[in-house]
Amino acid sequence: MASKRFAKADRRRCVSCGACENECPKDAVKVWRGCYAVVNEARCVGCGKCEKVCPAGCIEMRLREDGESAK
Amino acid sequence: MKKKHWYDYLWIWSIIYFALGFFNILFAWLGLIDFILPLVLAIFGGNKFFCNHLCGRSQLFTVLGKNLKCSRNKPTPKWMSSKWFRYGFLIFFLTMFASMLYQTYLVFGGAGSLKEAVKLFWSIKVPWGWAYTVRPASDWVAQFAFGFYSLMLTSALIGLIVMVLFKPRSWCSFCPMGSMTQLICKFKQRGGSPEISEE
Ligand code: SF4
Ligand code: SF4
Ligand code: SF4
Repeated sequence: MASKRFAKADRRRCVSCGACENECPKDAVKVWRGCYAVVNEARCVGCGKCEKVCPAGCIEMRLREDGESAK
Repeated sequence: MKKKHWYDYLWIWSIIYFALGFFNILFAWLGLIDFILPLVLAIFGGNKFFCNHLCGRSQLFTVLGKNLKCSRNKPTPKWMSSKWFRYGFLIFFLTMFASMLYQTYLVFGGAGSLKEAVKLFWSIKVPWGWAYTVRPASDWVAQFAFGFYSLMLTSALIGLIVMVLFKPRSWCSFCPMGSMTQLICKFKQRGGSPEISEE
C-alpha cells in the first residue's frame, strides 16, 4: 500500500551531496549521475528522513494525489 | 538499519589526517587524495560517488552532528545553498588555492622563504614550526604542506561551525569540491535527464 506522503527533490537547488541517499531506509532516493537527487515515488514510504537531513533544504514532502492511499 | 560498507568508516580517516598534521606537516600532502579522487570520479565516471560515499569529512559531520547531536539541526540559510554563493565561494576558494601554489613556487624558486605557520581563515597565523622538526624534504615541499593544511583546516572549521549552527552536512551545500564535481557531472549530462535515459 502506498503511503500518504512522498518526497520530492527540487533539481535546481539540489547540490547532489547524497545525504538523502545515505539516509533513505527504502533506497528510494538516488543522486542521478552526480547531478541531482531523484525520488522513486513508488518506493518512497514518506518517512521524511531525507527531508530532515538535506542540507540544501530542497526536499519537500507532498501528499499523494492518486487517492489510492487517501482515507 | 542500512548495511554498512567499509567506506562508511572513512570519517576516521578525516580525524587521522588532521592528527598527523600535528606530528609532521608533510602528511598534509595526503590530503591531495581528497582533491584528486573526487575530480577523477566526476571527470571519468560522471558521478559524485566521492561525495555520496567516500567523503570522510561529510561522514565526520554526520557522526558529530547527527549521532552525537552536536548540531542544532536548523535549516541551512537559503543563501548558503544559492548558486551565487556556491559559485562565488568556489571562485574564492580556487583563487586562494592558486595563491597557495604561487607561494610554493616562490619558495621553490628561492624568491621566498619557508613560512612555518598555518594560516586559519586566510588571515590568522598560527605558528606550526613544532610540527616540522624532522625535515627530510626541500623547503617548497614543506611550504605546500603548510599551505594545504591551512586550507583543509580552515574549511573543516567552517564546516564544523555551520554543522553546529545548522544541519550536520550544511557545509556540503557550498563545499567547493562538491560544487566543482556537480558542475562537471552536469556538464557531462547536458541535455540528458533521468526520464530520457533508462534508469
Ligand atoms: S521520504 Fe523516506 S522513503 Fe521517501 S525518499 Fe525520503 S527517506 Fe526515502
Ligand atoms: S540531501 Fe538534498 S542536496 Fe543532497 S543530494 Fe539529497 S536532495 Fe540533493
Ligand atoms: S560536498 Fe564536500 S564535504 Fe560534502 S561530501 Fe562532497 S566533498 Fe565532502
